[in-house]
Amino acid sequence: MVFAEDRHTDAMSGPSGRAILDALKVAEIRHIVALPDIVTSSGLLWPAACDPDFRLTRVCKEDEGVSICAAMSYGGPRAILMMQQTGLMDSLNAIRAIGVDYARPVVMLVGLQGKEPGLPAADSASYGVRIVPAVLDAMDLCYSWLEAPGHEAHIAAAIDAAYAEARPHVFLVGRAPEIP
Amino acid sequence: MSIARDAALRAFIPHVGPRDVVVAVYQTNFDWIALNPRPLNYVAVGAMGQALSHGLGLALAHPDRKIFVFDGDGSLLMNLGALVTTAGANVANLSHFVFVNRTYEVNGGHPIPNAKAVDFAGFAEAAGFPSVFRQSEEAVLIDTLPKMLATPGPRFCALEVHAGAPYPRDYSYIHGAAARQAFAEALRTT
Repeated sequence: MVFAEDRHTDAMSGPSGRAILDALKVAEIRHIVALPDIVTSSGLLWPAACDPDFRLTRVCKEDEGVSICAAMSYGGPRAILMMQQTGLMDSLNAIRAIGVDYARPVVMLVGLQGKEPGLPAADSASYGVRIVPAVLDAMDLCYSWLEAPGHEAHIAAAIDAAYAEARPHVFLVGRAPEIP
Repeated sequence: MSIARDAALRAFIPHVGPRDVVVAVYQTNFDWIALNPRPLNYVAVGAMGQALSHGLGLALAHPDRKIFVFDGDGSLLMNLGALVTTAGANVANLSHFVFVNRTYEVNGGHPIPNAKAVDFAGFAEAAGFPSVFRQSEEAVLIDTLPKMLATPGPRFCALEVHAGAPYPRDYSYIHGAAARQAFAEALRTT
């Protein structure tokens, strides 16, 4: 299920890192679990690491974060897992079992290293990028895109929906967010 | 020397309070829920190796509760980085006990890699756990458990065990929605 279209954009810049972090706060995300990803490092993870409104837990491997976020969803503060698409691929079994089979709202924000700005992922020259939406579709995972200014507007609603419907959601970051 | 697993688990029962959470895996999980059935047993971690990460999430979410993780040795080997993550997360309310039988017991009894030599407590020490223990005698475990649980957390203990009495393996219960719903409800009300 695609929450928002992987639409072609002529924007010359990526989404706003500040707007993304503000939207996470609106969605009551208070805990970030992360492995550094070069797409989101400067625009999101470093600013979040310095933001007193978030608690940051750095993990050694991405599937740890799936479990941490799932466990926190039992009565704890809302959490989000930040990683690169390589970590997403490495975590598919945990997402399958813990997020889908156990119906937990595991929310993930995934930088797509190598994605060409403005080009639909399905048309990417990079196999590692091209397969991501197809894999998420095959798993019936809900996902949406953060690739251009304005895309941040749907974040809070998507997170609220994931919690209300007890299911994972994946934000795919197709272009480095602008540094706040 | 080693401890029968069910005897080791019985030693924990007096120390698990009504608000505490227990995350257990595989045969240790089946033994524990037979010996001490309670809604705050977190019975399903979904994927092998994930018990400590679930425990960390629960410890972060509920700093006012004690979180016990009863892990397996083969399971922990799949996610050794979680020791480093947990040691760095400053969660004083988490206790990680690894039941070391040096086999994949529910998957045919095959040995873990390098079974005779691997030192799980050594992993925890190297990862930076502030309190690390090794236990292989039942009487010593019973005697020292209160002191262990009073040390700075997160704390780690490698328990050398062997299979005790057989307990049923009810996979449909641990993976079923009813156990998760009961757990969530108990968190709200306990």
